[in-house]
Amino acid sequence: MGRGYVAHAAVTAEAGPDGRTRLTRLRSDGPIALRETPDGLYLVGAAAGPLGGDRLRLDIEVGAGASLTIRSVAVALALPGDGESRYTVNADVEGHLDFAPEPTVAARGCHHHAHARVALGPHGTLRWQEELILGRHNEPPGLHTSRIDVTRAGHPVLRHELRADPTSRSRAVLGPAKAVGSLFRTTPSTPHTEPGLAILPLPSGTTLANAHAPTAPTLRHLLTKAQTLLP
Amino acid sequence: MRAHLLMLADSRLPAGGHAHSGGLEPAVTAGAVATIADLADFLHGRLHTAGLVAGALAAAACVHAGTSIDWALPDAEADARTPSPAQRAASRAQGKSLLRAARATWPSAVFDGLRVQVPAGAPRGPHHPLVLGAAAHVIGCTALDAAAVAAYGAVTGPASAAVRLLGLDPLGVQRALAELAPDVDSVAEEAAAHAEKDWAELPAASAPLLDQWAEEHLRADLRLFES
Amino acid sequence: MGGYHGPDQHHAAPKHGRPMRLGIGGPVGSGKTALTAALCRVLKDELNLAVVTNDIYTTEDADFLRRNAVLDDERIMAVRTGCCPHTAIRDDISANLDAVEELEERHAELELVIVESGGDNLTATFSQGLVDAQIFVLDVSGGDKVPRKGGPGVTTSDLLVINKTDLAPLVGADLDVMDRDSAAVREGRPVIFSSIREDPAVPKITDWVRTSVHNFHHH
Repeated sequence: MGRGYVAHAAVTAEAGPDGRTRLTRLRSDGPIALRETPDGLYLVGAAAGPLGGDRLRLDIEVGAGASLTIRSVAVALALPGDGESRYTVNADVEGHLDFAPEPTVAARGCHHHAHARVALGPHGTLRWQEELILGRHNEPPGLHTSRIDVTRAGHPVLRHELRADPTSRSRAVLGPAKAVGSLFRTTPSTPHTEPGLAILPLPSGTTLANAHAPTAPTLRHLLTKAQTLLP
Repeated sequence: MRAHLLMLADSRLPAGGHAHSGGLEPAVTAGAVATIADLADFLHGRLHTAGLVAGALAAAACVHAGTSIDWALPDAEADARTPSPAQRAASRAQGKSLLRAARATWPSAVFDGLRVQVPAGAPRGPHHPLVLGAAAHVIGCTALDAAAVAAYGAVTGPASAAVRLLGLDPLGVQRALAELAPDVDSVAEEAAAHAEKDWAELPAASAPLLDQWAEEHLRADLRLFES
Repeated sequence: MGGYHGPDQHHAAPKHGRPMRLGIGGPVGSGKTALTAALCRVLKDELNLAVVTNDIYTTEDADFLRRNAVLDDERIMAVRTGCCPHTAIRDDISANLDAVEELEERHAELELVIVESGGDNLTATFSQGLVDAQIFVLDVSGGDKVPRKGGPGVTTSDLLVINKTDLAPLVGADLDVMDRDSAAVREGRPVIFSSIREDPAVPKITDWVRTSVHNFHHH
């Protein structure tokens, strides 16, 4: 009933005449606070959440020749509240985007939808990493849906959704894993598997690495390993 | 029409399905499925992920098959929802076999148009749910019918493989399938609800363990099923 | 050993413009792979040929053919049958057709494609939609009563091969009985006794295959 935040943050990165990337637009809003640092742009949680009822949106534009790195300072904690919460990220990437925030924790009772739409230009490149922790310590998770749609020049590259709900406890989906994550890169690879990790080459010459683990540190280790296996 | 629909859903339609376990064989190899209770849990997860996606693609294909459609786009949409190369290959191989069987069984110009370019080395067929949806259209069935056949096949294929691989009591397996039937119906309804939407908006639910096993299976020394 | 009753009894696809498809079936251990390897060794320099294997367990048969350098890698395809070898050659031939067509596309000048079934039992038989002719391979160690029991492989195959004749004295099998019983159920279709181990060139069988392929392409 409108008690949650409605926030719309945005960042635009463009290549200047000297070839260096400049942020030509930087708009923080509500709980999405953006801080420019020498290491990249940081998402700073200015409030708890996302909470049920929140409608959060982040628009990212990376112009041709520009390179933008986005990180966050701490985990995001998806909490119950007034109905569903939504976090939408829309990215238009002509240059290079490296998006790898800290994990999201799906707390008990949450009902969160995270949706990322990445539109790559003809020469756009991307590294996109997401990690989800299913519940805090000794806590069953709420409902969490995350979906990423990557297109290049309108053509589908990856549409990948993970529904963390009671069904996902099936031994065919996640089994007993407490942490699940993925890494998408616009680089080719060869298929590889090891316990908890699968490197999956996509037809477009891009790669999805899927990882699942009993703990968050193990998940991070697997995704770091995946990174080393990609050129 | 009803009899045609039953033929399309029948595992005796010679469309190559018997050589695919829908990820069940590698799950058995990994020690994840050994009993009927394990199997029921496995099927439940597969139904709500791979079954939902296949159902939605089949339903949309059924709707679009009656129009002049370039199948390259839906084929790419199926590719984008199937990150495992082994699963893409299994889907195309089964699509190719189903296309052959459907064309011979129900001759139609719709099947002649169902041609796609595939990546080098991939089986030369469209993704299986697209052929299934097109066949459902040809025999006069609805998008919901198409989704139902896809969702049903997503669980009966692995169930049949489990009977053969593990020697599970076939009557017990049928009971497990019957208990899952209301779920099959609801997944088919959810899938069919997307049929008229843009291809981009169809569900894309994934199952990381199925993806992982599909890849491990392809490189296993000993395997009885193609997938 | 009886007159040639070739592929003319089948009403499969049109016979010209594609290679002849020859099925080799029979029970486990009767010598199907050994026969396939022997045919490849003897015929590969005179016929343009390729092989599809249907393994029950692994790609063992395909690997055997590769290891023995009988044929180039790209002339051998292995099909997995999901625990049902007879389904893959009879009830649902999709995977085998896919493999045969793939080989035909790779090698435009193919004259013969051999489809070797996975080891099965006496009821196994190839679909007419898959092969133009079929050889059924028995061995004497199963006992001399096997031909009398019949089954579609024994009675209707275009050629019945009874292999491992060298073992007959050891297992107490009477070859005359097998010959008589086979003739009784086969209505004149040929039977060849062989010991592929002792005579790996299997001249009578290769002659039969040569004639079959010739007739397929010229009649």
